[in-house]
Amino acid sequence: MPYTADKPKPKESSEQLRARIPGWGVDLDPKDRPSVPRERRDLATGAHWEFPERQEEKVPRERSIEHKFLTPVFGTSTPPSGVSGTLRRFAYRYSEGRAAHWLILLAADRVNAWEAHLGSFISLRPDNPVTESGVLSEFSGHGVRSRFGRKRADLAHQWMDPAIVAGPWILAGAAAVAVARKLGRHKA
Amino acid sequence: MKAMVYRGPYKVRVEEKDIPKLEHPNDAIVRVSLAAICGSDLHLYHGMMPDTRVGMTFGHEFVGTVHEVGSSVQNLKPGDRVMVPFNIFCGSCYFCSRGLYSNCHNVNANATAVGGIYGYSHTCGGYDGGQSEYVRVPFADVGPSLIPEWMDEEDAVLLTDAVATGYFGAQLGDISEGDTVVVFGAGPVGLFAAKSSWLMGAGRVIVIDHLEYRLEKARSFAHAETYNFVEYDDIVVHMKKITDYLGADVAIDAVGAEADGNLTQHVTSSQLKLQGGSPVALNWAIDSVRKGGTVSVMGAYGPMFSAVKFGDAVNKGLTLRMNQCPVKRQWPRLFEHVRNGYLKPSDIVTHRIPLEHIAEGYHMFSAKLDGIIKPLIVPSPS
Ligand SMILES: NC(=O)c1ccc[n+]([C@@H]2O[C@H](COP(=O)([O-])OP(=O)(O)OC[C@H]3O[C@@H](n4cnc5c(N)ncnc54)[C@H](O)[C@@H]3O)[C@@H](O)[C@H]2O)c1
Ligand SMILES: [Zn+2]
Ligand SMILES: [Zn+2]
Repeated sequence: MPYTADKPKPKESSEQLRARIPGWGVDLDPKDRPSVPRERRDLATGAHWEFPERQEEKVPRERSIEHKFLTPVFGTSTPPSGVSGTLRRFAYRYSEGRAAHWLILLAADRVNAWEAHLGSFISLRPDNPVTESGVLSEFSGHGVRSRFGRKRADLAHQWMDPAIVAGPWILAGAAAVAVARKLGRHKA
Repeated sequence: MKAMVYRGPYKVRVEEKDIPKLEHPNDAIVRVSLAAICGSDLHLYHGMMPDTRVGMTFGHEFVGTVHEVGSSVQNLKPGDRVMVPFNIFCGSCYFCSRGLYSNCHNVNANATAVGGIYGYSHTCGGYDGGQSEYVRVPFADVGPSLIPEWMDEEDAVLLTDAVATGYFGAQLGDISEGDTVVVFGAGPVGLFAAKSSWLMGAGRVIVIDHLEYRLEKARSFAHAETYNFVEYDDIVVHMKKITDYLGADVAIDAVGAEADGNLTQHVTSSQLKLQGGSPVALNWAIDSVRKGGTVSVMGAYGPMFSAVKFGDAVNKGLTLRMNQCPVKRQWPRLFEHVRNGYLKPSDIVTHRIPLEHIAEGYHMFSAKLDGIIKPLIVPSPS
């Protein structure tokens, strides 16, 4: 009880816990805990350089302006391209401390998904919301039984997910209908 | 090669890609034999992490065989079976040389506030990940370890993140003998945090979630006392009641940015992206712990601000500790624990999914269907 000095006694003593739980207390001594103390200089990392050799920058690489220079090693997945790429490059003018940096990047992510979906329709492999959302696992994964009658808190918002998945297709469909109508009216 | 590819929020597919090339003298190319989906991948999958680009291959938990090594690699050769920590790190910068491998300064051009992580958006460096047949592994002399002969491959893949992170989370809680530890979240990270709390001498370990099947696992696998927060009007008050109104000594957030339990918080973060993450579990941790207690945050949050109850943390004199886990630093001790049978990582694996069906894997894990706790991804053998 916090109103008096004593710490509440645990329900089980250390001896009882040691008997019941395999390995109880083997790391009681902080010396046995690998991340204690947080910082130490005596760990062998395997690095045999003071500063790593530099990876070749084959395409211009965007970087945080909080870095002094391009890091010696960097990822080469999916360089920025298209409208989303222009947005991304613009976002990197702002530091990580600025909300603008992250909000522009998030906007670029949304634009990027649109670019990809539209682009896919003129490719040999159009996006397929059914296979790509994995929604068919609702059957094999017992979607109904897993969700209902189980006191799950996430049902309050899971119904919104399909709107995010199918949103681009619904909007694209509506746009196509609107355009078709307009064209039809022009002809008439 | 075949690789998982992100196509936009809630959409992934398998595509044919080129086998990655060596880009640096200390790179290796690893042929993946087993990978996993992590709760962290869900934040990408839901489109919450800024600078997640269409076409990226996710996956930061994988093991495999060395396929090719760069000219300066000394510690690995083709054919070696390796496990690769989720962190990409150089081993020599200011942070790495002090053991802060997850905070490496030489591997993430895109951001200084986070190190490098395989397949985890450009904000974490722009590296393709291991939910794929092959993956580029930078700093091959620093990151990977040989999988010990006696170790099961499924245990090895879990050690690349979830086990190490749970174990690290318990360490940051600074647990003393007899302490009461409350863990929010009964996913892989929470389960290992609960289990590890006992190794550090906890006197009582409580786990909170809303998924009954996971709480059941917390009881059987992690010997924990469990509560479903949906059953309580106010889980914080319940925590006070069961600790004689003192509060827990240590609270561990193993939930992160998409915490449930408050619709406004969830919708403003997961759906509308107006916050870096929904801090429901973190706020519960802050309010459930006793004054002078410690909150260890393993849950991941986006780089934007979140509505955290900072005043309570100040007024209660709390110690807040957090980081991405420096995985490799945990390994020597964790290998002993696995070998001694104190931890059996693969006990939490529920699904083994062929890479071709990864879209179903993501959906089931995201919607928490079919009793899923930890899904592994198996690339096709060839
Ligand atoms: N710091 C690191 O190094 C590191 C490493 C791995 C994972 N993570 C993060 O840890 C978190 C958990 O990962 P995981 O793989 O276990 O994910 P997971 O999605 O499987 O588990 C999260 C669990 O939290 C539960 N939950 C949701 N809201 C809750 C609430 N308000 N209170 C209690 N429980 C709640 C969910 O039902 C689920 O069981 C994620 O945010 C992930 O990104 C961090
Ligand atoms: Zn992870
Ligand atoms: Zn480093």
